Amino acid sequence: MNPFDYRRAEDAAGAAAMVADNPAAAFLGGGTNLVDHMKLGVAAPEVLVDITHLPMDEVEALPEGGVRIGANVRNSDLAAHPLIRRRYPVLSQALLSGASGQLRNLATTAGNLLQRTRCVYFQDTSTPCNKREPGTGCSALEGYQRYHAILGASPDCVAVHPSDMAVALTALDAQVVVQDAATERRVPIARLHRLPGEAPEHDTVLNHGDLITAVELPDMPMAVHARYRKVRDRASFAFALVSVAAAMSLGADGSVSDVRIALGGVAHKPWRALRAEEALRDGPATEERFAAAARAELAEARPLPGNTFKVALARSAITATLRQVHAEARGGDGHGGPGGHGEEQR
Amino acid sequence: MHADITLTVDGRRHQLRVDTRTTLLDALREDLGVTAPKKGCDHGQCGSCTVLLNGRRVVTCLVLAVAGDGAEVVTAAGLAEGGDLHPMQEAFMDHDAFQCGYCTPGQICSAVGMLDEAAAGWPSAATPPRASAEGAVAELDDTEIRERMSGNLCRCGAYAGIVSAIGDAARRTHAAAASGIPRPAREGGRR
Ligand SMILES: Cc1cc2nc3c(=O)[nH]c(=O)nc-3n(C[C@H](O)[C@H](O)[C@H](O)COP(=O)(O)OP(=O)(O)OC[C@H]3O[C@@H](n4cnc5c(N)ncnc54)[C@H](O)[C@@H]3O)c2cc1C
Ligand code: SF4
Ligand code: FES
Ligand code: FES
Repeated sequence: MNPFDYRRAEDAAGAAAMVADNPAAAFLGGGTNLVDHMKLGVAAPEVLVDITHLPMDEVEALPEGGVRIGANVRNSDLAAHPLIRRRYPVLSQALLSGASGQLRNLATTAGNLLQRTRCVYFQDTSTPCNKREPGTGCSALEGYQRYHAILGASPDCVAVHPSDMAVALTALDAQVVVQDAATERRVPIARLHRLPGEAPEHDTVLNHGDLITAVELPDMPMAVHARYRKVRDRASFAFALVSVAAAMSLGADGSVSDVRIALGGVAHKPWRALRAEEALRDGPATEERFAAAARAELAEARPLPGNTFKVALARSAITATLRQVHAEARGGDGHGGPGGHGEEQR
Repeated sequence: MHADITLTVDGRRHQLRVDTRTTLLDALREDLGVTAPKKGCDHGQCGSCTVLLNGRRVVTCLVLAVAGDGAEVVTAAGLAEGGDLHPMQEAFMDHDAFQCGYCTPGQICSAVGMLDEAAAGWPSAATPPRASAEGAVAELDDTEIRERMSGNLCRCGAYAGIVSAIGDAARRTHAAAASGIPRPAREGGRR
């Protein structure tokens, strides 16, 4: 590991300025991704600006009905927070399906959003990787592809974004509050992360020195019935092969009046399934239409030889999650599968 | 580059100078000679380096010692009080919950931290979302224990004993948490 200077930030704008002024500086949150990368040689900052002492660690209800989550709120505290469990259970579920109890006690909301891909070649400095070293090539194109993208990839990078939390936030239409040295702005979560294109070294649209200070959830009544489903190689403590966050609201006649679907493990960013949403909205809530919506979303899928199975997996995961949230929205009358539990609605 | 930090480890206060690159795990083991936390993977993947940091279970291999300045650390070696083993340690012995023992200090710290989380009403991925929304505390059955302990690997495969030891310790020490009596959830953030 390269030597580095460690500093504690005094305030948000100051922290942003400290990092903006030095191309070799980085913010330190829980460190569970950054310190790992420093050990691996994937990152080599010369200055670490520790922001965990800044007062960005509250979860609070907003007057307009939403909820504001401070950037430093730990993943475990967020998952356990009563407001999140009651009003946005999909977020609590997504957080609890990620990493381990010990890691969630360290990981912060902002750090989770900005964690980098788990592509094995990105983490191995002895192999070419366009994301780590632009222009060197992509080892995954001829390599291990099980955890790689089936949607929105480019010839330069086929990596996926690994966060579970970000998938739930995408279904919830969250806004990310960003502070630079001078001003504050809001970035919709769907526009925070990028597709790789010709510049896979940029995971997000943020500039160097942009500090995430909070994430805001809008008031969303149907989120009460939203659910997260994660498919992985072992039952716990593993990244997603495919994951789905979904919410549905039903009209008086039982048809789908509104729906939100986001996918994880399939693309360079948390994937908002707009085609599937459009296929479902304002029509009957039937098994056939759930399957058709899943097919519509994956029509553009371009799997790699090593992950063709993910297309069918994503289709069935979407269909199963829609079936589950539909049962929840109707009042939890069964066939919800894991998470539905057939309990009566209050 | 170096920094002067203070750590309280198993009740003893230490002042030390660390290279900023030192992890909390290396500071404990190499600088302070506290070898209860073990280095398994050094990448957050195995849980053998788990301690209670300011009361919460964490892996120490991904925490920089300098970021932990002022912290209170309890390792498996510090759980025993006045010569009596902690009930979790007793339960691990009663249930044969180890073979080589390398993962054990991490398992025990993680289990102690996990029971506190359950007692505070924290849900897990195994908790039905409806129950979680209502603030109901999960009953710590084997499924809950396995899920909540999935960050601790055991290469000897002593899992059967580990799960039964923790279930037993839960019944012995946190009767309220294990019986499903709802308790208010811990709030996120400072108050
Ligand atoms: C073994 C293992 C298993 C895991 N499994 C999962 C899993 O299943 N699902 C999952 O979703 N995640 C998983 N994770 C990843 C984990 O969720 C992330 O490491 C964690 O969320 C990162 O948060 P942090 O606070 O530790 O970030 P840090 O490591 O501190 O920072 C990460 C990045 O964010 C930047 N940053 C931090 N805070 C800010 C801010 N406020 N503003 C701007 N930039 C900032 C840092 O500079 C750095 O680039 C796993 C990790 C490990 C080690
Ligand atoms: S998929 Fe992306 S991150 Fe992985 S090796 Fe290719 S360029 Fe690097
Ligand atoms: S040594 Fe820390 S988790 Fe493996
Ligand atoms: S007892 Fe040997 S690793 Fe767990």
